[in-house]
Amino acid sequence: MTNILEVRNVSKFFGGVRANEDISLDIEEGKIVSLIGPNGSGKTTLFNSIVGTHPIDKGSIKFQGNELSQKLVHEIATMGLIRTFQQTKIYGQMSCMMNMKISKKVENSFSRMFDQIPNELNEQAEQILSFVGLYEKRNLRAGELSFGQQKLLELAMALMNEPKMLMLDEPTAGINPTLINGIIDRLIKINDQYKITLFVIEHNMRVVMNLAQKVFCMAHGKLLAEGTPDEIKNDKRVIDAYLGAQ
Amino acid sequence: MGFDKKELSGITFLLLLGVFAPFLFPSYRIQISELWLFMVYASTWNIQGGKMGYNTFGNIMFFGLGMYICASTQIAYSFPLAEWTAAGGVKTFVHTVEQYFTALPIGMILAGLIPAAIAGALGSLILGLRGHYFAICTLGIGIAAGEFATSMKIWGGGQGMTVPVWPKVDGQEIDVLGGSVNFFYTLTFILFFCTYFFLRWLFSTRFGLILTAIRDNEDKAEAMGIPTMRYKVTGWVVSAFFMGIAGAIYGNINGYIEPTEVAFAGATVGVYMVLMAILGGKGTLWGPIIGAIIFQVFKEFFWTYFLGWQRVALGFLIVIIVVFFPEGIMGWLRRIKPELFGEVVDRKARLAQVTIKTND
Repeated sequence: MTNILEVRNVSKFFGGVRANEDISLDIEEGKIVSLIGPNGSGKTTLFNSIVGTHPIDKGSIKFQGNELSQKLVHEIATMGLIRTFQQTKIYGQMSCMMNMKISKKVENSFSRMFDQIPNELNEQAEQILSFVGLYEKRNLRAGELSFGQQKLLELAMALMNEPKMLMLDEPTAGINPTLINGIIDRLIKINDQYKITLFVIEHNMRVVMNLAQKVFCMAHGKLLAEGTPDEIKNDKRVIDAYLGAQ
Repeated sequence: MGFDKKELSGITFLLLLGVFAPFLFPSYRIQISELWLFMVYASTWNIQGGKMGYNTFGNIMFFGLGMYICASTQIAYSFPLAEWTAAGGVKTFVHTVEQYFTALPIGMILAGLIPAAIAGALGSLILGLRGHYFAICTLGIGIAAGEFATSMKIWGGGQGMTVPVWPKVDGQEIDVLGGSVNFFYTLTFILFFCTYFFLRWLFSTRFGLILTAIRDNEDKAEAMGIPTMRYKVTGWVVSAFFMGIAGAIYGNINGYIEPTEVAFAGATVGVYMVLMAILGGKGTLWGPIIGAIIFQVFKEFFWTYFLGWQRVALGFLIVIIVVFFPEGIMGWLRRIKPELFGEVVDRKARLAQVTIKTND
């Protein structure tokens, strides 16, 4: 298997805060990989570094062999690397269907800016909305959805873009526990059917254990451990990071 | 792009108003011309302030520039501009009919194109600013433009300049579309409908949708692969183009251009356009139009019958808008009757969804 994403010696400092220090990790194409770590360990910073939200101080990030660290946010997204946000980011004043239709990937040329939105997108948007369970709410304003539903909508929007790799920042946070199983199923299905590589930040250990094929653990801005879910679960360093060393 | 009933009746109303109002209220023709222009100001401000969520106070700059550019072209086509402005009415220059009607269209076209180009160049510099920072920056630009015009000797500096008068033959004003007032009335009427149909098309495209996406969450739009800067700049170019032409026409209606009170009138026209768009409901196609009609009626009423109190009344109107209609008339309608805007829960689908579908 080839690596879809290669992160090499990435460091990011905010003044004196070492948010990411010398992080290296590889993500294999087609896998579901999880990133865990206590609050403030630098997981979201790493996500932001990868998708180009802020420049990195050191290191290199390659997506399918292309260097990302000098690219702009929208350029990276157009390459097929889409992320979702921990605090949901959706277009609140627009209907869910509009949110979906606008997320469809379109070539970034001047003439395409003024295209009409094709009607064929309706079907695809409806299909994906019913896949995440939001079909009946499709004509409501997205801002009126609950937090959990907005998370689902964000996931649906990401799928509409047909990415090669999807980076999810806590997809189950704020979601009803009974729905979480549904999310796990859907994420596995996304990975399996749409052939999308998943890179997931998650705090819910049950989700991580059921979902991930490989787990990276971060603490204090450094990569602490990597391995299968079982290896991570029994790694003393990981337990110490979460609960404090004896 | 079909027209629905509500919109069709709206357009019919405006067309009838445009055609018959000058005959019904001949003494109000200038005010009604102004109303068409107000609709243009508010509708083009709405591209930034309403659709895109970028509150600009700088659009007045394009208006003033358009006014100066058009007047300068009209004059310079036949006479040296510097002599004209330096003469200060002592020496008279008279345009022939042919000179007047050749220079006017050239001036109007330049008044659209040059501000649009400036918006493109300036926009790529400052549209990276967000929220209050953008608003303050554009406010500064509007004021700076006024100061710039004041220092321009060739435009008459702080004294301003006159605009060529409507040509006469043998002492009689010539009859093109019924004289100068009717002629410029017709231009404002046409300009408004061009703006309206252009924006209607623009908002129906992907472009229009992306402007609202930028307003709702620009970071998200970027993260989904949309180069937002390009859309923001293009939107500003469109506003600048129509504002420039509006300025060109207004300069001719007014007959006299002065830097800070007429051309770069940030404290009056610059505020009115924001007020009208918010009053009617920003972010909608019809909001600014409705807002402009109400505002112009209100303004003329108070300026005519309660002169001296008009500023108080205007302040009162601002308070009423902010307190009772923060989302404007259209926004208020949408809140009390969301189903009119297609916001419904699909009950049938809800029944079908009692068992969670996973769509294999």
